[in-house]
Amino acid sequence: MVRFWEGSGRQSVIRYAKPTTVDEALALLGEDRWRILAGGTDFYPAQGAKPFRDNILDINGLAALRGVEETDEYWRIGARTTWTDVVRHPLPAAFDALKAAAREVGSVQIQNVASVAGNLCNASPAADGVPALLTLDADVELRSAKAVRHLPLGDFILGNRRTALQPGEMVTAIRVPRRSATGASAFVKLGARRYLVISIAMAAARLVVEDGVIADAAIAVGSCSAVARRLAGVEAALRDQPVAAALADAVLAAPIDELSPIADVRGSAEYRQDAAREIVVRAVRAAAGLGEGKVAA
Amino acid sequence: MSMERSEIAFEINGATVSVSVPPVRRLSQVLRDELRLTGTKVGCDAGDCGACTVLVDGNPVCACLVPAASVTGASVTTVEGLGNGRLSALQASFLEHGAAQCGICTPGLLVAATALLERNPTPSETETQDALGGVLCRCTGYRKIVDAVMQASRHMNGVDLRLPQVGRAVGASPIRLDGVPKVTGGEKFGGDSFPADALSVLVVRSPHYHAGFSLGDLEAWTEAHPGIAGVFTAADIPGKNCFGVIGPFADQPALAEGFVRLRGEAVALVAGEREAILDLDLTDFPITWTELPHVLQPREAKAEGAALIHSHRPANLLTSGYVERGDPEGALAGAAVTASGSIETSFVEHAYIEPEAGYAYMDGDTLVVVACTQAPYMDRDDTAKVLGLSVDKVRIVPTATGGGFGSKLDVSLQPLIGLVAMKTGRPAALAYTRNESMMSTTKRHPAEMKATIGTDAEGRVSGMIFEGDFNTGAYASWGPTVANRVPVHASGPYATPNYRATGYAIHTNGPIAGAFRGFGVPQATIMQETLYDELAGKLGIDRLDFRLKNCLRDGCETVTGQRLESGVGIGECLEQLQPHWARALAEAAAFNAIHGASKRGVGVASCWYGCGNTSLPNPSTIKVGISASGEVILHQGAVDIGQGSNTVISQICADALGLPLDKFRLKSADTAITPDAGKTSASRQTFVTGKAAEKAGRALREKVLRFANVSGEAMIALEGSSLSIREGDAARRIDLSELKADADGLVFVAEETYDPPTLPLDAKGQGKPYAVYGYGAQIAELEVDLKLGTVKLLKIIAAHDVGKAINPVLVEGQIEGGIAQGIGMALMEEYIPGRTENLHDYLIPTIGDVPPVEHILVEVPDPEGPFGAKGLGEHVLIPTAPAILNAIRHATGVLVTKVPATPSRILAAIREKEARR
Repeated sequence: MVRFWEGSGRQSVIRYAKPTTVDEALALLGEDRWRILAGGTDFYPAQGAKPFRDNILDINGLAALRGVEETDEYWRIGARTTWTDVVRHPLPAAFDALKAAAREVGSVQIQNVASVAGNLCNASPAADGVPALLTLDADVELRSAKAVRHLPLGDFILGNRRTALQPGEMVTAIRVPRRSATGASAFVKLGARRYLVISIAMAAARLVVEDGVIADAAIAVGSCSAVARRLAGVEAALRDQPVAAALADAVLAAPIDELSPIADVRGSAEYRQDAAREIVVRAVRAAAGLGEGKVAA
Repeated sequence: MSMERSEIAFEINGATVSVSVPPVRRLSQVLRDELRLTGTKVGCDAGDCGACTVLVDGNPVCACLVPAASVTGASVTTVEGLGNGRLSALQASFLEHGAAQCGICTPGLLVAATALLERNPTPSETETQDALGGVLCRCTGYRKIVDAVMQASRHMNGVDLRLPQVGRAVGASPIRLDGVPKVTGGEKFGGDSFPADALSVLVVRSPHYHAGFSLGDLEAWTEAHPGIAGVFTAADIPGKNCFGVIGPFADQPALAEGFVRLRGEAVALVAGEREAILDLDLTDFPITWTELPHVLQPREAKAEGAALIHSHRPANLLTSGYVERGDPEGALAGAAVTASGSIETSFVEHAYIEPEAGYAYMDGDTLVVVACTQAPYMDRDDTAKVLGLSVDKVRIVPTATGGGFGSKLDVSLQPLIGLVAMKTGRPAALAYTRNESMMSTTKRHPAEMKATIGTDAEGRVSGMIFEGDFNTGAYASWGPTVANRVPVHASGPYATPNYRATGYAIHTNGPIAGAFRGFGVPQATIMQETLYDELAGKLGIDRLDFRLKNCLRDGCETVTGQRLESGVGIGECLEQLQPHWARALAEAAAFNAIHGASKRGVGVASCWYGCGNTSLPNPSTIKVGISASGEVILHQGAVDIGQGSNTVISQICADALGLPLDKFRLKSADTAITPDAGKTSASRQTFVTGKAAEKAGRALREKVLRFANVSGEAMIALEGSSLSIREGDAARRIDLSELKADADGLVFVAEETYDPPTLPLDAKGQGKPYAVYGYGAQIAELEVDLKLGTVKLLKIIAAHDVGKAINPVLVEGQIEGGIAQGIGMALMEEYIPGRTENLHDYLIPTIGDVPPVEHILVEVPDPEGPFGAKGLGEHVLIPTAPAILNAIRHATGVLVTKVPATPSRILAAIREKEARR
């Protein structure tokens, strides 16, 4: 059932709707322009003290969109799944980086309501969840009343605060292919204080090790480009390397040309470039089981 | 253009309620405005501070980010629901540990910790920090909060108030007398008691650093917006549209007249019904801006030909301060060793968790302003001046103040809400948003300093020359005080026979820089203490020994020529640190011998700080009486902004009077009922108001003894409504209810004033600027990650000479809180106008950023202070940042010359050093 409130102000009408099924939500999205309200942790700060002037589609009634499920081909993270849900759900070791990132999203208070999908839709260069999801080859499920489509995460986030979301669409799930949910992973966040901190840089690493040799490597860095990026050169340099202290050297020698860090209040561009490589080393070492867990402040 | 309301039913603290609100209204607003549960605080409205933490179905969330619709059918727990008729073990533990200071963040911490303790009654330190990492506290330094949570399970049997026996109050640590409401949510801060019928006020502010503006048709705009009661501009101000904390320098309009000098400057007020204001979009407000060129850096502002920000202040120089003694050039020329350097610091935001808030109303022809503040009488005088009222027609009623640290000394919203109340005849209420609080209120001055210090061959400091530009922003505020205090203190607590120091306060179009814990001295101390390390290195003397060799001792003269006869405790502070220093150096060396990627370092720095105004009158008055019903009524005018003056002043008065603390009832610093105890600043309340309280207590005792015709040896006691007096075997009883009571219901009353004896400074800054100084020294132990430039603090050891610790637990709280602010200044805090006007881009330390603090209370009594006490509120912050920078240099070999020493700056300094090799 759609619960519906419509205000009739003098100039125009603001609609509010809190549907309880995805189909109802999609039907509404098809008939009007809406701002979607999910966890609220980006919605309210963006609103500040300004009055509401947009139609608001509150998706917090969509029970079907919350939770993690396993299908034959995918791990499927419903769009309303919170970071706390991710932390608490039993998942393969490949998701350890995502779980570690989940614990660094804002604070416990934020993690309890903020959704994984919201982190993607907000499209901040410093979105904590993106590097780990990139290393998991995640894709984004977009639905409208008319169609369903899936975009690789790297094609969904287009730039700083820009996504491929079309009018009438909403994100309904993030999918991780089972073939990518293998190996072990780690996440390193670099910030200027311990909690509640926007990353200066962050790195996620997922390694598949077979017989002591790296069979596959997925490495991503966030906060050092408009959108978090996979590091193909580092991944290539790590493949077929034995798990040993020399992994660090492989990372240090690998080409990294995906990053284009900016200078801001959190650090200079040069610093980000340097630090990114260093935290990739540490994420790789941690994923390889070579010690060094969380290192940065 | 609003959204229709909805009936939303949920459970709040066990009771079912239903509210009618727009479904996307923030839960924090629903709790506070609809249910009047004001224990849930709003500090940022963005999830950055955690003050609004509540439990929804047992899980902590920020109520400011939860739409009302989301709690339909849910169970919500707020701080008011934690106690169940009595204090919870956690609330009791908070009180007993002194974990609540101002109390504004306390509800959020208690709620978040309650969720933790539900599933883990005995959490580890890390588990506690992880659970509370989302709640910011600016007062306590977090250590007592961590202890209180970890040990909560031991406090199941209610709270021990630790009330001392008669005559033993000074030196005891009763829990704060105003503590209980801070843990129950009952405390009323600036935004917690708005009348239901109050008009809401919005402030229209400049988005530009420097701009002209013209206002359009305000009447038509008002007409077009139903529910708006009026728009008020500078043209409506009945008095002198010019305020400022230092009369001769007053230069700030309450509402700008035709042009603005800084981003965030107020230009107009919009008052209206609460719901109308909530739904008001100011984007169509009829104002036209014409941007003008602006300057943000002192070096631009003082350059020849720079446009003047105030036409009567050439070269944009607000004022300068100067101290000269001996022959500094000669001394440096003849020095065996010299060290020179420069240091740059940043704007620092006070970041109290309570944004400015209050309401005003007319009581007959008297304007009453109920708001958070540090200085009620100064608020009264400035508000009266702006609004054209005589001072007796303005009454300031301070609420509890959720942190101040210097910024709430200046008026902010008082004249604004006062104007609306006067013009409309209706109560007018305003709570600043975090953004407007950060944009429009004062900051710590950024400093650009350079200095040279020289010693003889034995390592005795022979001379020092210091010069500093302090960016004072667009208006004067406390800029003159900073310019004056810095030259007096820039030597540090060290004998410096030849000395010249100059401080310049320079206007820019930046944020107004005013008072912030230390008035420029923390910045200057970074300059001096980092050079001391360099000198010790050049001399080959241990850095602590070098300081001991040069520190002031009884009988020394300061750089202002003031002879300190006794009470100089810096030597003892440094001596107390010696075993810790040796241990820390040995541990760092052992660590560094086996680690390459990260290095440990140890640093030390000292402080001294004069308590009270610099060479200016600075009186406090205390009134205390005994009521007919047998209570001691203390008119405690020293505003408690969390530091503990309600408790400390009462302790002093209790022992002077000879009656127990539990008989004391406090009257607030309401200007209609309580004499002026001066502002809460300059580390003056324990000393100056404490001395007045001591005098008043003794005077009251004298009156009672004289009435009973007994000697000073007599013991007095209150038993019900009678006063018993014993001297030797003789005893008598006075029935207080039979005595004639005055208009206040008091049968005995005394009022005493104390003004510290100071002398003016002459043209060379020579004189006796302060009657009392406090001293301290701190060691910082830390580890630097050489590849990332990150700093992990391991421990701070703080030795502070407080003369006499009136309340040792409160002293520890001040030390830990000051250190936390020093850590922020050293490592992360940098306010950039237009860029960091919120609490996620502007970083202050979280619960994970303050390491264990070991405090050493040194008590070298001061002959002037009450019971020997000295001030300490600002002292505790001063050594922290230089100790940290010195420790970073010890670890890495590089001095970071701009604070904050962010990872980026530290790594850049390390790389630069590597490149020089």
